[in-house]
Amino acid sequence: MTYDIAVVGAGVVGGMIARTLSAYKLNICILEKKHDVAMGASCANSAIVHAGFDAKEGSLKAKLNVKGSEMMAEVCRELGVKYQNNGSLVIGFNDDDRATVEALYTRGVANGVKNLKVVDYEELHKIEPNVSKNATCALWAPTGSIVCPYELTIASIGNAMDNGAALMLDFEVADIKDENGNYVITAANGETVTAKYIINAAGIYSDAIARMIGDDSFTVHPRRGEYVLLDKECGNLVRHTIFRTPSKMGKGILVSPTVDGNLLTGPTSVDMEDKEDKSTTAEGLGRVMKEAIENVDGVMFNKTITSFCGLRACGSTGDFIINMPTDRFVNVAGIESPGLSSAPAIAEYVTDLLAGAGMTLEKDPSFNPIRPAAHAFREASMEEKNEIIKKDPSYGRIICRCETVSEGEILAAIRTNPKPRDLDGVKRRTRSQMGRCQGGFCSPYIVELLAQEMNVPYEAVTKFGGNSYVNIGKTKEVK
Amino acid sequence: MKQIDLVIIGGGPAGMSAAVAAFDSGITNLLILERDAHLGGILQQCIHNGFGLHRFGEELTGPEYAWKYEKLVHEKNIPFMLNTMVLDITPDKVITATNVEEGIFQIQAKAVILAMGCRERAKGALNIAGTRPAGIYSAGTAQKYVNLKGYMPGKNVVILGSGDIGLIMARRMTLEGAKVHAVCELMPYSGGLARNIEQCLNDFGIPLRLSHTVVEVHGRERVEGVTIAKVDENRRPIAETREFIPCDTLLLSVGLLPENELSKTATVPLDRITGGAVVDQDRQTEIPGIFACGNVLHVHDLVDFVSEEAEIAGKSAAAYINAEEFDSVDVALHTDGKIRYTVPQRITQKKNVTVFFRVADVYRKVTIKVKDGDKIVFSKKKAKVAPGEMESITLKPEAFEGAKELNFELEVQ
Repeated sequence: MTYDIAVVGAGVVGGMIARTLSAYKLNICILEKKHDVAMGASCANSAIVHAGFDAKEGSLKAKLNVKGSEMMAEVCRELGVKYQNNGSLVIGFNDDDRATVEALYTRGVANGVKNLKVVDYEELHKIEPNVSKNATCALWAPTGSIVCPYELTIASIGNAMDNGAALMLDFEVADIKDENGNYVITAANGETVTAKYIINAAGIYSDAIARMIGDDSFTVHPRRGEYVLLDKECGNLVRHTIFRTPSKMGKGILVSPTVDGNLLTGPTSVDMEDKEDKSTTAEGLGRVMKEAIENVDGVMFNKTITSFCGLRACGSTGDFIINMPTDRFVNVAGIESPGLSSAPAIAEYVTDLLAGAGMTLEKDPSFNPIRPAAHAFREASMEEKNEIIKKDPSYGRIICRCETVSEGEILAAIRTNPKPRDLDGVKRRTRSQMGRCQGGFCSPYIVELLAQEMNVPYEAVTKFGGNSYVNIGKTKEVK
Repeated sequence: MKQIDLVIIGGGPAGMSAAVAAFDSGITNLLILERDAHLGGILQQCIHNGFGLHRFGEELTGPEYAWKYEKLVHEKNIPFMLNTMVLDITPDKVITATNVEEGIFQIQAKAVILAMGCRERAKGALNIAGTRPAGIYSAGTAQKYVNLKGYMPGKNVVILGSGDIGLIMARRMTLEGAKVHAVCELMPYSGGLARNIEQCLNDFGIPLRLSHTVVEVHGRERVEGVTIAKVDENRRPIAETREFIPCDTLLLSVGLLPENELSKTATVPLDRITGGAVVDQDRQTEIPGIFACGNVLHVHDLVDFVSEEAEIAGKSAAAYINAEEFDSVDVALHTDGKIRYTVPQRITQKKNVTVFFRVADVYRKVTIKVKDGDKIVFSKKKAKVAPGEMESITLKPEAFEGAKELNFELEVQ
């Protein structure tokens, strides 16, 4: 069959676009080279919905950030994704910082950010008592929020699939040919897909995808960001997202609660060449810890749960690169920060571009924007939970002790679009393995559940696809 | 809501021993809640021998040791629920738990014994630089895969940390046909038992690299190797000593942490050093009627001592339920740093009290001294003490009569 639209890349941008387009009478497929969705920048970033005072006035970043941020609460409600409007603070320590804070205020107002306020020492420490006592002023953005980026990606793609979109994993686009008004897309493994339109949302590889149709107008390079995530015990240390005033040295290290109740610190910012190198470094993690402690009092790194590295997709123009090099191909590239915040607005913007290029967009009356929340059981009352357990007793059996995740929730996740096929996929959908023991107790059981549900041998289960086998074979049989 | 005199959280060696002791002290309305599918806790995956020498005078495997107590639980008809996870304990002893048969249910207990055991420190907590591939496991997780599930996590192994489970797994993986290239230990001494170094490493020619750590993990999908380095006296890696070891598996045995999440919901005050509750000689926490024993209280070296401690908790919980009265005192126990902690941390009754403790470093030719102010009330010489081995002394009531505080000191010659 020929699809109307192929979206290349199952990150938050591709996901939100696919979901928005699935409201129309269109055949959509999402092509992803990895073993699961949300495997690039969408699974490792600051999880912030920025208020919108950072980007330069008039830029696409500024426009889409402010709009996306305004849309986010409703999108998260429809998709059952955790979202929290916790507000953000950009804290300053000296006169130079103060001037920057004022400038950000002015820029924010110009960008249309609501309720911004510059606060002094006393008010700052009143609204956020654990901010460093050395901080003297701050820009307070009450509209700043937090969201779980991979949950948003999974939910948007799941919702697109529930509304008819197809997801093809392990589909690494290797070649695109324009044949008689249709693009023939060939994967590295030889599979092909035909689509009338292509949306290039391939993250750090979007320049390579564009080049396949002859567009070499931009490049994308990865910028490494390292993070340290702390135990839920530390999640209440600050209520707001705490940014450092940006300086010549960059934006600095933020300290923020997450929607799941952890405390996140990071990121560093180092330009890279290798698009696959997501390794952390001793220097990077050291810097995160040092600066987080400078910004907020009482950050306890002996409560570290994990550290990780994400790669931002930095475009060569400095702004988001959203354009149509042909009348059937849309680049959505260079979506670095504030990409997550902008994603819902990017999806609308792309839809408008397609309409402008002559695509027929007819509303699909059967479109259902609602996706049941994956965490509904977790948040139910004891009576409601017991009703569910009565119908399905597996909800009464706890598999992940640290995050209290039941077998029922894990099985439901394995059976829900987009279906996870590895340990990390189950982790991102259920929070199992995300607590203090990091899967030490529960992963042998989850491997069993995955093997059973996918009908594969125990040793075939991987951590995240490819060669990431959890076990290499049965004892006595390993050579 | 169900009313039960004594609820024991955890059916491992501590929970079973405590239940048996409480039952023998006349408590018949009691219940063990166990989250796993069997009694015995982590012993079920410890198929090596070496358990029970102190307690039973014979060398047992983990499951054999567990069976000694499981049998008693069955013989005495002590009730237990398996696959039952406790979600919450309130300070006034309302326990919320869940399982498949009953859903989420609540119990009002008169007394509670915390016996949830401990968990391993995970990789994430170490901030090791490098990639995050498959092939990194805590030693206990690998033990579960190999011994209970029958699967091999890998065949070329490096182990970081020389805790006992790491040492045991070095031998296990070797016996299963894997090659263990090195056991790296950050400290200049092992945190494991001397007999395990001998029987698990030396007997198999596995090198123990003291003052070494893993500084980087390599491999994008599966571990392809680790870089190790020697550390200086401040435990900082020395760059010139970096050494790459190809391997497909990294096992971690870098410390055990008492699992006190439930204790926290019950507002039980914890000891910063042990990570377990602050208790008196009866293993009663600062919340009256809530007791703790086994590895949830402090990490033990031998299960034999867990059983012994749990008996104290079981008997004391029975005495609490029966509202027995005692000659009370109030003595706080302090340590000098060379001795890291004591359990109990407080003495509240005039009777013989055995105090367990661990030391901070390897010391030779030491004198353990207990002082009431300047007065030495107890003294004992030892040729060697080490962090991996738990020490104990027994104080007679005369030693703390009239005292408010006792100081535990280690004099090194």
